[in-house]
Amino acid sequence: MKKATIQLDTLACPSCVQKIENAVKSMDGVEKDSVKVLFNASKVKFDFDEERLSVEDTEKAITALGYDVKKSQVRAK
Amino acid sequence: MQRWILGKKNQITLAGAILIVIGFISSLGFKNEIVAVWALVIASVIGAAPIAIQAYQALRVKVVSIDVLVTMAVVGAFLIKNYEESAIVTFLFLFGSFLEQRTLNKTRSAIKELTEMAPESALKQMENGEFEEVEVDEVDVGDILLVKTGAKIPVDGTVLSGEGSINEASITGESLPVSKEEGSNVFAGTILDNGTIQIVANRVGEDTTFGKIIELVEEAQDSKSEAERFIDGFSKYYTPAVLLLGIIVWAFSRNLELAITILVLGCPGALVIGVPVSNVAGIGNGARHGVLLKGSEVIKDFSRLDTMVFDKTGTLTVGNPSVAEKEYYGDNIDEALGYLASVERESDHPLAKAVLTEIGETQFSPVENTEVIKGGGVTANVNGHRIAVGNVALMENEGVHISKQARNDIDRFEKGGNSLVLTAVDGELKILMGVRDQIRAGVKEDLKRLKRLGVKNLIMLSGDNQGTVDVVSRELGLTEAHGNMLPEDKSAFVKKLIEKGQIVAFVGDGVNDSPSLALANIGIAMGSGTDVAIETSDVVLMNSDFSRLPHGLGLTKAIARNMKQNIVIAIGVVLFLLASVFFSEWMNMSIGMLVHEGSILVVILNGMRLLRYRLR
Repeated sequence: MKKATIQLDTLACPSCVQKIENAVKSMDGVEKDSVKVLFNASKVKFDFDEERLSVEDTEKAITALGYDVKKSQVRAK
Repeated sequence: MQRWILGKKNQITLAGAILIVIGFISSLGFKNEIVAVWALVIASVIGAAPIAIQAYQALRVKVVSIDVLVTMAVVGAFLIKNYEESAIVTFLFLFGSFLEQRTLNKTRSAIKELTEMAPESALKQMENGEFEEVEVDEVDVGDILLVKTGAKIPVDGTVLSGEGSINEASITGESLPVSKEEGSNVFAGTILDNGTIQIVANRVGEDTTFGKIIELVEEAQDSKSEAERFIDGFSKYYTPAVLLLGIIVWAFSRNLELAITILVLGCPGALVIGVPVSNVAGIGNGARHGVLLKGSEVIKDFSRLDTMVFDKTGTLTVGNPSVAEKEYYGDNIDEALGYLASVERESDHPLAKAVLTEIGETQFSPVENTEVIKGGGVTANVNGHRIAVGNVALMENEGVHISKQARNDIDRFEKGGNSLVLTAVDGELKILMGVRDQIRAGVKEDLKRLKRLGVKNLIMLSGDNQGTVDVVSRELGLTEAHGNMLPEDKSAFVKKLIEKGQIVAFVGDGVNDSPSLALANIGIAMGSGTDVAIETSDVVLMNSDFSRLPHGLGLTKAIARNMKQNIVIAIGVVLFLLASVFFSEWMNMSIGMLVHEGSILVVILNGMRLLRYRLR
């Protein structure tokens, strides 16, 4: 298990949070209960299984929703 | 293509505005309906594109978002050939989100200032021994780093070599530079004012004290209160419900215009954003003023507080006992002081330290036959004299005569809350010292302010004897004060208050009081950036600054008020809009969108007032 923090461009609407949360939760390898989208800090935090998923995949999914990824960080949990 | 359109939202908004103006001028000014219609059609189409894309993306992850409502409304307006409305609604929606983003950034500015203090780069020692600049993420525990004058300390670490003075304001709030030398600990985010040091990294990234503070504040802003969770749950069903309502109205009345107007008017906006906005601005204000509030649940309880329980030592008082009063009797006092210091130098009693600090430089002599008398003091031989240092009981045991004058002094010192240290040389009383823990500067005024803000009971709990506790309590004007309390007695006391239905805050130093801090509705730690304090409490006062407490309380009250105002505004606007669509003639889609966007801006601006909040 690894812990990822993705910094996004400023989020402006609370419904964005729901979109991103649903999108990340639906990805295979993401620990569903760990997904946290911080509206004000514009960050996404979640735990994931690095054998089933890479952060780049998650980044792509978020970008596809229309939110820019500024940088991401992965740490051992 | 989708990304390109979304990236050009601002330009699209501007183009939409220009086209709408062209449309109206050609229609009203030149009576040229063909140009007018085309201008409005183009404005609608380009304006709807980004909204429709967002709606599509939301639906893909099974969310019925506000974009879905607006898109359907615009499509509906198109079907009934009302291009004027479709153009204006898309423009207002886009322009509204642009303004929202701008103002939201303002409310977040306080937190941003904090995160921007985070270090970004470090000079790391490479394998060849040279220092190279790397990103701070690339620093690992154990790396050796070089920090030059004016640079930020990149990680928490220990100084290996060199010396310098560091401004630790970002961690402690204290702006006086602290000098550091080999072996000193340094903290990420603090600034080396002068000197050059090499440090070894102990903790990096989010594990550093600064990293933890930022994480705490960031998570606090997004933590949700019960009320907010309710609104969230509500809006999850609210938006689809509005959609359903629109469809039902259309199915029964066959009036497409009315149906799409309902879609626009029902957009949840102010309601969803109102509470988070108050939260973020308020917590940001706190962070700027040295009060870290851990989330919105904390704000709710803190603002309704009726009892505050304080630990005495280190919270209301400075925590280092010192000699407050002294009297000398007879001659050869300098000699007596020397003997006293010589005896106390060998003791580890807390009072001994205060006495030594008071005497300062003196003549020390060898001490023989030291005997510690439990509950009394110490006797010893120094330079052939018999020295007794201790309380009144010890003096009586030693057969020391206490004059009437000394008796008066003793009474006076005791009433003043002092612990007594008497010194007799060869059976003759020479020195009387009163030692006490000084009350922190300004605490009395701060407690008064707390009372004015509506705190009913101010209670002090302490491990000290009841006499000392009473004196401090009288001086500070507390409601209750209890002495002789162990940490578990304190937490039992707090528990009892809570069972009585009071909302209780416990203010302590965070280490030995952690049970009470955890148990109280609000645990307030006087932290100078220590991990325990940050983790066990709900509120952290940076740099142990007591004077920030009234600001914190006043602020949470202001935040709670602000949230209520925003909820009232939001609900009021929705009710007003829905009522006017059924009962008035003038309400249409464009006005609905205008009022809707306006109400969002009003709640954001209202929230922003919290950034400037100051306790009067």
